[in-house]
Amino acid sequence: MRLANPNRNPPYRIVHTNLAITYTSGEQVEVYRFSIPATVLIPLAAVFLQAFLPLRFRFFSIFDLPLLVTIGFATARRSPLAGLLTGSLIGILQDALTHHPIGLYGISKTVVGFGASSLGIKLDVEHAGARFLLTIFFYVVHEVVYFMIARGLVGLHMEWSWPHELLSGVANAALGVLIFMLLDRVKQRT
Amino acid sequence: MDVLGRYRNLIVLVGVLFAQVLGLAVQVKRTTDSESTRLIRIWAVGAVTPLEKMLVWAQSSTGNIWHSYFYLRGVRSENRSLKAQIERMSLEQVRMSQDADQARRLQALLAFKEQFISQTMAAQVIGSSGSELSRSVYIDKGERDGVKPDMAVITADGIVGKVLRVYGSTSLVLLIDDQTSGVGALLDKTRLQGILRGTPSGEVMLEKVMSDETVPAGEMVLTSGGDGVFPKGLLVGRVTRVAPGSELFLNIRVRPAADLSKLEEVLVVTKIDERQAEPDQTGAARAVDILAERLPSVPAKPENAEKGGVPGAAAPTDAAPKPVGPATAGPTATGSDTKPKTVPPQASTSSGATGNSATKVSPKPVNAAGEPKPQPAVQDSPH
Repeated sequence: MRLANPNRNPPYRIVHTNLAITYTSGEQVEVYRFSIPATVLIPLAAVFLQAFLPLRFRFFSIFDLPLLVTIGFATARRSPLAGLLTGSLIGILQDALTHHPIGLYGISKTVVGFGASSLGIKLDVEHAGARFLLTIFFYVVHEVVYFMIARGLVGLHMEWSWPHELLSGVANAALGVLIFMLLDRVKQRT
Repeated sequence: MDVLGRYRNLIVLVGVLFAQVLGLAVQVKRTTDSESTRLIRIWAVGAVTPLEKMLVWAQSSTGNIWHSYFYLRGVRSENRSLKAQIERMSLEQVRMSQDADQARRLQALLAFKEQFISQTMAAQVIGSSGSELSRSVYIDKGERDGVKPDMAVITADGIVGKVLRVYGSTSLVLLIDDQTSGVGALLDKTRLQGILRGTPSGEVMLEKVMSDETVPAGEMVLTSGGDGVFPKGLLVGRVTRVAPGSELFLNIRVRPAADLSKLEEVLVVTKIDERQAEPDQTGAARAVDILAERLPSVPAKPENAEKGGVPGAAAPTDAAPKPVGPATAGPTATGSDTKPKTVPPQASTSSGATGNSATKVSPKPVNAAGEPKPQPAVQDSPH
């Protein structure tokens, strides 16, 4: 009788799949992709609306639409590489419209894109509650990174206010839940 | 190789972050944009602003149709009140022009040089930077329209900011409430000078005024002309709060006269003239003369009646009475749709208040060499 070499013939088979197991629910989560027009036009529309709407509606400046789109793309794709590159490009586009040096939003959104997609692999972010909390968390991360770079590297005078940041985080999360629902309509299964 | 594959995502993250930090550091070190960052900005602005322009155009067209054709309620009464206001302001202008002329004579004695806004261009605000920390707006005029960096941007209410970056058909305007802006300013009554700066929260503060000075709340703040961007004497805003600050200076909060959060149309100052003040030799029209113009006059006698030699008939006039403009406007008169608001007086009535007697025509203002005297006037470029 010939014994099977456990190293040569493992009793299990490694299957490369687009499904991952989450920490929170133990269920498999799916990986999505976006069509090229959606990948290009949605971030552009977000940056455009961010520049256009605050002039008409003053309160809108509290929102960060490009950040919400970055989080939405990253959590749906669940690829850290795609997440950081998307965040980086959206951030640089946003930077280019300001008079500050290019890179402030770029770096912040790169970190958020990477973090959101990495966490998206491990957490079930299909539910509105999870999305809400995730958006608050990454909004604060984004603001912290931006604050550190703006003060430490660019030399801007900035004031940190926890109540303001948390309130903005909640407002962004509420809008984020709606935007993620819209993104659900355009995302495609891989 | 296995390690590289395992930590591929982290390595790419570190690489992308490192590249951006490096780029940021280079930009902070440099004072001007490099070619690559300028290209990125041009692409971004080119991708976003055409749509903004289109939407603003559609919005203003719809608004114009509504206001011009449908929403005309109250126009008659508004017209009446505006006419009454014009009457009042004309009289007030006469008084002010006399003061201004006196001031010009004194300035001429002291060989002062004045700055005149001689050309402005109207522009539409089409978008913002989209960031609370970058208080700047985009206007629909750019390099092709003659806009250049560091041109002043104003509204009828007060100053707005300065042109920071110029693209083909758009420009970025840095508002005065941004923390990186700085405007030379002075207080109207106390004549104290300081620097106007924005704060991260969007307030406007007047800095560098010593704490032993007394600054009352409500005092007007004007441009001092020291920054080389804004001519002297433009309205900035009013002092709203004064508090002792750190070190030796006061914390003076200023509320801008122009509503920076609701900007729609602005004026870009494309030309500023600097010349020595010259007193007006012609003399300003008197208030009584203005009133005389508005009073009903006795109609001119028919020619045959005059031939008849009726005793006591009015002497023939050598010039028909024209509406007389008061003396020249101040140096801050601006507006693309405003023609020169005042004209040099060429004809002035010299008789009493009844206005039915002879008028005399004053010669055009001339200087010592016999050439027409230059008048400060506002030339507007086409919108």
